[in-house]
Amino acid sequence: MIISIASGKGGTGKTTVATNLCASLDADLMLLDCDVEEPNAHLFLNPNITEEKKVNAPVPKVDLSLCTRCKKCMEICRYGAIAVAGKAVVTFPELCHSCGGCMVVCPEKAITETDRFIGTVETGSLGLPEGASFGQGLLDIGQVMAPPVIKQVRQLEGQKKLTIIDAPPGTSCPVIAAMKGTDFVLLVTEPTPFGLHDLTLAVEAVKLLDIPCGLVINRAGLGNDGVNNYAQKENIPILLEIPFDKRIASAYSKGELLVRALPEYKEIFKGLYTSIEALVNRKGAA
Amino acid sequence: MKIAITSTGKDLDAQVDPRFGRAAYIIVVDTDTLDFEVIDNSENKNAFKGAGITAASAVCDKGAQVLITGFCGPNAFKTLDSAGVKVANDATGTVRSTVEDYKAGKFTFSDSANAEGHW
Repeated sequence: MIISIASGKGGTGKTTVATNLCASLDADLMLLDCDVEEPNAHLFLNPNITEEKKVNAPVPKVDLSLCTRCKKCMEICRYGAIAVAGKAVVTFPELCHSCGGCMVVCPEKAITETDRFIGTVETGSLGLPEGASFGQGLLDIGQVMAPPVIKQVRQLEGQKKLTIIDAPPGTSCPVIAAMKGTDFVLLVTEPTPFGLHDLTLAVEAVKLLDIPCGLVINRAGLGNDGVNNYAQKENIPILLEIPFDKRIASAYSKGELLVRALPEYKEIFKGLYTSIEALVNRKGAA
Repeated sequence: MKIAITSTGKDLDAQVDPRFGRAAYIIVVDTDTLDFEVIDNSENKNAFKGAGITAASAVCDKGAQVLITGFCGPNAFKTLDSAGVKVANDATGTVRSTVEDYKAGKFTFSDSANAEGHW
């Protein structure tokens, strides 16, 4: 089973939920940090990183001796990553989404692909739970194309019975890359108007992908009841409410797992996993 | 010689548009005869991405050797530079007065972009 943990709004507690869920289970599992712009699950889990792999993205290379400057490549590229300018053909590798469209439409076969380094995937093992594995992506500084790195991290899926994905915030391409094809999306939000606004967008994205989802309300007690009302209206189960508690904030600020600072949470996170399992099985049976 | 000037309107008395990629129009003027051709940039103005690059390509197609505008970003500059089109920035006033200023040698060509890229 693959559970992705997403949020819409940033800073709601995705990593808190992902790392503590991971540390509470005895299951055969792996945690993949797909927030490749700023992966931080490692701060709480202290993985032993044993392997590093480079991620390259293909970008176009033009053979000017074959090119007739017909501009078909320029017309198909939505991102302006290739342009004919007078006799020159200019490419912008940093804008390229590696779709290969320019190569396909080129009548002269003047375009080939060349690799560009965009990030790294690191893999290793975790001490808690014993035998669990860990993976994270690191987008290289200055790069903007997160999805290829996320997809490489997700290549690690399937080595364990359970995969927990810590997704990036937002609702754009990187989040979709982290959620697509997972069995369940756990949405973490906070009970504030900002939390609700971005949660609404995230729920729409999850619906498009047709993945069952459930909600964790973090910092419960803060803000208003807008999120609860929304969840009820949209029929999204609230699986866990984590109270707005100074002890939790204090543990987090020291990079300490909640289940270590407040051990009673271990059973609570186990219960969260049981609820998710039930929802996934129900979807499978339907 | 032909020079391209970004413009808010379709004739020589229109004001210069300070933007390049998302300018309303780009007017390509022959500095000797003042004959001109108008590039309607309206479609590009609302482009999703790469407005500067597309506008730069259009300027090159019209055979302009110089572009005069307000601000030129890094991708547009790289495109124009690759094609050997020189860029002068900080233009104000009308297209006609800009042509005169250019002929009077009041512009200097820049060797890099003078505006940040847009993300």
